[in-house]
Amino acid sequence: MSKWMRLVALFGAFSLMAVAAGCGSDEETSSFKQCAEGETDGDLNFYNWSEYMDPDLITAFQDQHGVTVTEDFYPSNEEMHGKVGVGNSGYDLIVPSDYMVSILIADGLIQPVQEAAVPNKGNVAERFANPPYDPGAVYSAAYQWGTTGVGVDLGAAGGDVPKTWGLLFDADLAEQYGLSGKISLLDDPRETMGAALKYLGYSLNSTSKTELAEAEAVIADAVGRVAAFDSDQYSELVVLGETIVGHGYSGNFLWDFEEGESTYDYFVPDEGGTIWVDNMAVLADAPHPCTAFAFMNFLLDAQNGAQLTNYNWYASPNGAAEPHIDQEVLDNPIIYPTDMSKLEFIADTGDFEIEYTDALSRARS
Amino acid sequence: MTEVATPGLELQAERAESRRGFLLGLPAVVYLVVFFVIPLGIVIAYSFATRTRTGRTELRDWNLEAYERLGESVVRAVAFRSLWIAVASTLICLALAYPLAYFISTRKPATRNLLLVAVMIPFWSNFLIRTYAWRVLLDSDGLFTRVAAEVGFGDGRILFTNKAVILGLVYGYLPFMVLPLYAAIERIDWSLVEGARDLYASGWAAFRRVVWPLSKPGVIAGSILVFVPSFGAYVTPAILGGNKKGLVGSYIVDQFMDARNGPLGASLSVMVLAVMLIGTLVYFRQGGRNL
Amino acid sequence: MAKGVARSTAEPMGWSKWLLRGHSALVYAFFYAPIAVLTFYSFNESQIVGRWTGFSMRWYGDFLENDNVQQSIWVSVKVCIASTLISVVLGTLAALSIERFRWWGQKAFDAVLYLPIIIPDVTMAVMLMVFFSETAEWFNVIPGVDLSEGLEKLVLSHVAFNISFVSVVVRARLTNLDATMEEAAADLYANRWQTFRRVTLPQIMPGVLGGALLAVTLSLDDVVVSSFVSAVGATPVSVYVFGMLRKGVSPLINAVSVVILAASMALVIASLVLERVTNSPKGPEEE
Repeated sequence: MSKWMRLVALFGAFSLMAVAAGCGSDEETSSFKQCAEGETDGDLNFYNWSEYMDPDLITAFQDQHGVTVTEDFYPSNEEMHGKVGVGNSGYDLIVPSDYMVSILIADGLIQPVQEAAVPNKGNVAERFANPPYDPGAVYSAAYQWGTTGVGVDLGAAGGDVPKTWGLLFDADLAEQYGLSGKISLLDDPRETMGAALKYLGYSLNSTSKTELAEAEAVIADAVGRVAAFDSDQYSELVVLGETIVGHGYSGNFLWDFEEGESTYDYFVPDEGGTIWVDNMAVLADAPHPCTAFAFMNFLLDAQNGAQLTNYNWYASPNGAAEPHIDQEVLDNPIIYPTDMSKLEFIADTGDFEIEYTDALSRARS
Repeated sequence: MTEVATPGLELQAERAESRRGFLLGLPAVVYLVVFFVIPLGIVIAYSFATRTRTGRTELRDWNLEAYERLGESVVRAVAFRSLWIAVASTLICLALAYPLAYFISTRKPATRNLLLVAVMIPFWSNFLIRTYAWRVLLDSDGLFTRVAAEVGFGDGRILFTNKAVILGLVYGYLPFMVLPLYAAIERIDWSLVEGARDLYASGWAAFRRVVWPLSKPGVIAGSILVFVPSFGAYVTPAILGGNKKGLVGSYIVDQFMDARNGPLGASLSVMVLAVMLIGTLVYFRQGGRNL
Repeated sequence: MAKGVARSTAEPMGWSKWLLRGHSALVYAFFYAPIAVLTFYSFNESQIVGRWTGFSMRWYGDFLENDNVQQSIWVSVKVCIASTLISVVLGTLAALSIERFRWWGQKAFDAVLYLPIIIPDVTMAVMLMVFFSETAEWFNVIPGVDLSEGLEKLVLSHVAFNISFVSVVVRARLTNLDATMEEAAADLYANRWQTFRRVTLPQIMPGVLGGALLAVTLSLDDVVVSSFVSAVGATPVSVYVFGMLRKGVSPLINAVSVVILAASMALVIASLVLERVTNSPKGPEEE
């Protein structure tokens, strides 16, 4: 027992040391280094989602400015936030999604975009120039965008299906189309609870406990018919025939449907769904902010923006790029949905984020 | 011990010996204090800290809220499910690894090394890729599924069930059972077994009374090495189990990542660590007595 | 030696001998089944793993063109070698210190030594990440140390968990080893170093090697801790693959792991051949 006490005391002492260390770090000053257009101040450390950037664009930028670009990759916003959130990460430019931008702004982790250094920011389409997560797009510039919806194997479902979230949640529809055990949902509290909220006719940013409880009941009821909660492989599962309907992001479905042998469809259900935007932002403690802004400007160029979309098949928020984008990409309703009216951004709900995570945990406990 | 004339001298020698032991362990002590104990202290501090609105953990307004939440039924359900899955994985690993370790130990030295390395090689590919390969083996027309169906296990489908999770864990951590078992069995003095066989005449009795007790440190080490990561696993349950039923590992990750709730993630970690620590100590006491 | 006699009892006789062999063969089959699958699909034409459409080497071509993947493999190799060497030395010393000596505070050390094993990956990851960011400035004061280098952080973190794993394996070996040989050597006026070098080390060698194997495996396989502590330009292959998986599995990943596997097998075979050559003049042994 005394040994235990000694250990506890030891840990206690170190905890106090840690606290002292935590208090020691002083606040960041608000004056950022000013950059001119095309100015570089060293090699760029770029932190991006994987398979999201055309390597040819990086090569072109390197040749043009005589700097080296080091690109590292992250699998999720949360992982990226974990790393840059504690400071001293060494990265210059990151690509956070919408709600993450607002978190990074609130925590003072990203710096305002210097319009002087990024004149191409004017190329961003009207729709993305004043997003709810960053009013006036002061801190970020849109990179690519897409939607979250339902991908379905029409062959296995036996013909056309109603465009509703009910395909994922409704027992009768599951019965009718033989979907039981053939459904996958995203393993993401905001997206999954959000889909259930939309199904019930609520906002996917609801902060009402009763609405969330209803959504929780919907998921809890559906768990028995769900094959997997999966945020990575949902589209492969459909194409492989392991599932018939999947909940996921537009681009991934599109990519994999090309490989399948059945007929497939992806749609955002009539009840509405998520629209997401990934954005470029420069970290407040970026070691090379000027190179970062130069690269941001480079990617916002009309030709380069189009090249990016032609490469990764996600929609471009770059209005000026549109004439240069392949017609088959522009005409694809999965990449560029026709009806944008019922799409909603996921917004950070502050303390209520905990409720979303808890609700999903309870629904499947 | 042998008698020494002057007790003072003996004490001095003992002290010198003790100092030597300490110095030998010192590099590891220093290393672990800096790169483990202090970081752990920070996590413990986190568990009493406060989550800001944006999900930062700030070391102020110390509170026990995160610990109060450990009493919730979700946490209990998740903990018990993780527990039985980890126990099952450990037992299956032991049953598979013991005969294998025994077999390897009875080969000649060169063959032994080759066989041992052959155990490890698959694990130098990538954990995630191996687990995905299992997904291919286990899917509807996967090889495993078809063989299982032929042999008569219904339709042979186990993907996205707890069985698939256990299979994945057993596969993932089996080498951690084989290695310590081999290390323990390999050095058994077989003349003891010879003597035992003369005494008991039955190979089984000789095994039970001589080989098994002598291999026990390996069994204990192996069991810990398998049980612990199985209990905290979250990648395997996600890929092979479809993440339908929460487990401790994924629950902790959800807190740190999705909810950005550092204090709860930290208090859960501290709880798991405490449970593991107590379990390990008890297990060791038990094993120690039987040696 | 009495080896022949000992072997007769070591290996069971009759049907149980064949049962043991059959079991071992099956376990090896179990080990290699997924490896066979992933190798097979690395030659798949289709982008979907699990659906065979035809033979193709395109993913190996992609691999050769992909500098990021190649770089990440080198990061992993460097981290693996450095962390294994350090943790084998520290872990073995720790094991000896605990099993062969008695000193004040030993029990506490013993307990701390077990903590890295019983802590969930993700906790270890978070705590190291926070630790490195809080203390980066302090470490940078030490000349020659620059913790913004991701490589150093990766090595430091891998050693932090590998020390414990190595020491557990070595200790499992040491506990059963009675100290009489060492005492005999000491009685023969061998000094401590000689005793260690000639008696203790050869006896614990299987444990040390086992520990090293474990350390190599854990280092190469670690995803969670690495993904939290890796920094600019130092993404190990496991983390790189983790990122790729999130955007959809492509057989490129299979090709990558086949290349890694082939390389490590080649290394192992080379070292075994080398060992044969150096220890060559040995009579042919039975079976």
